[in-house]
Amino acid sequence: MKKPKTYSLEINVNGEWKRAEVTPEETLLHVLREKLAHTEVKEGCGKGDCGACALLLNGKAVNACLTLAMQAHRQKVVTLKGIGAPERAHPLQESFLRHGAIQCGFCTAGMIVSAKALLDENPQPTRREIREAISGNLCRCTGYKKIFDAIEDAAKRLR
Amino acid sequence: MEYIRPQNLKEALRVMKKRGGRTILIAGGTNVIPDMRGKTIKPQVLLDISHLKNLSYVKEEKKRIRIGSLTTISELVSSKVIQNFASILSEAANQLGNPLVRSRATIGGNLADASPAADTAVPLLVLDASIVTERDGEKRREIPIDQFFVGPNQTVLKPDEIIKEIFFPKPDPKSKIAYIKLGLRNAMAISVVSVALLMEMEREECKEVRIGLGAVAPKPMRAYGVEEVLTGKKINGKLIQSCCEEVEKEVQPITDIRASAEYRRSMTSVLLRRLIQQITT
Repeated sequence: MKKPKTYSLEINVNGEWKRAEVTPEETLLHVLREKLAHTEVKEGCGKGDCGACALLLNGKAVNACLTLAMQAHRQKVVTLKGIGAPERAHPLQESFLRHGAIQCGFCTAGMIVSAKALLDENPQPTRREIREAISGNLCRCTGYKKIFDAIEDAAKRLR
Repeated sequence: MEYIRPQNLKEALRVMKKRGGRTILIAGGTNVIPDMRGKTIKPQVLLDISHLKNLSYVKEEKKRIRIGSLTTISELVSSKVIQNFASILSEAANQLGNPLVRSRATIGGNLADASPAADTAVPLLVLDASIVTERDGEKRREIPIDQFFVGPNQTVLKPDEIIKEIFFPKPDPKSKIAYIKLGLRNAMAISVVSVALLMEMEREECKEVRIGLGAVAPKPMRAYGVEEVLTGKKINGKLIQSCCEEVEKEVQPITDIRASAEYRRSMTSVLLRRLIQQITT
């Protein structure tokens, strides 16, 4: 079988430059999870319908499953781990915990990313703006209310 | 499969011409990647134009607005120029997909994909937009949008043609515009019916009207028949009723997983009535 053509991807993930060999059709999601060990980026649907794979590409929240890895060549990506870590949790993460906005946890990474993107652009969002900002992130567990509360609370604390 | 990232539009056009049939353009990737995954397209070459920053712009000129084909849907939402002169376009853009999709999807991609429910197409029809395209070694084309779509996911674009820009004349400041999208949910919804309306009134008479409809025909359409019923007439309850009857005759909806043809037909008339009433009060 003919070996598929690969390209050398260089990508900055959470401040660190990383390299991988990728094929043209490989998505950013796949490469981050399978080749760069960034399994904090989740695969829900793989086709842009659930938002579980949301991350920041050059500061904008996008679906990693709808971005080719090569489109992120030499670009900056921030995942959940770049937003906060156990040693220094981001106020959004603390707020999610405080409000019980995490049940199975699968949507959480994407939710935090979308919430971060919102607060970066709009530090004083209305409840409605919060709802719209996470309208691309599905949650099957919480019914969303605790997530809205958590984001609202984090916005207040960040001010 | 090959991945090519051209440095500029000229290079992209040359690759399209040279490599032909199975070269697929990718910009935002929000349609192309699901299509590849679903095997409805099988590219040999992925031509990535997403980095061509000079195709992303919103320019106000004296008489018209020009939008680069790689302008993202979120840029359409937040553009002050578009909010000022063509608010129905930013309104429609804000209802496309969801925020994650909007930061990548482009206006050119939305038009090239040519869904009969394409969110940006319906306002652009009513704005009388033209689509500027280029091909290597050929003169550029300016295609009026109502001649651009030929069927579901089919346009007049040649295989090696790239959309460069969309422009439309600034609407008369006396005209009023409105837009409404009916979907099965508030976000991530493909339209069941969408309607855009531009109307210029002179006292109680309709001087000029343009009606755009989405998801009720093989392509986004203008309701020319209804426009004729309305133009030059005094707007009253009886006329609105005639319009609603006429629009139900003019649409060609299908039954699909989202809605029945009957529902779409009925809702087109409901939404048209609402928009006319909204604009005339």
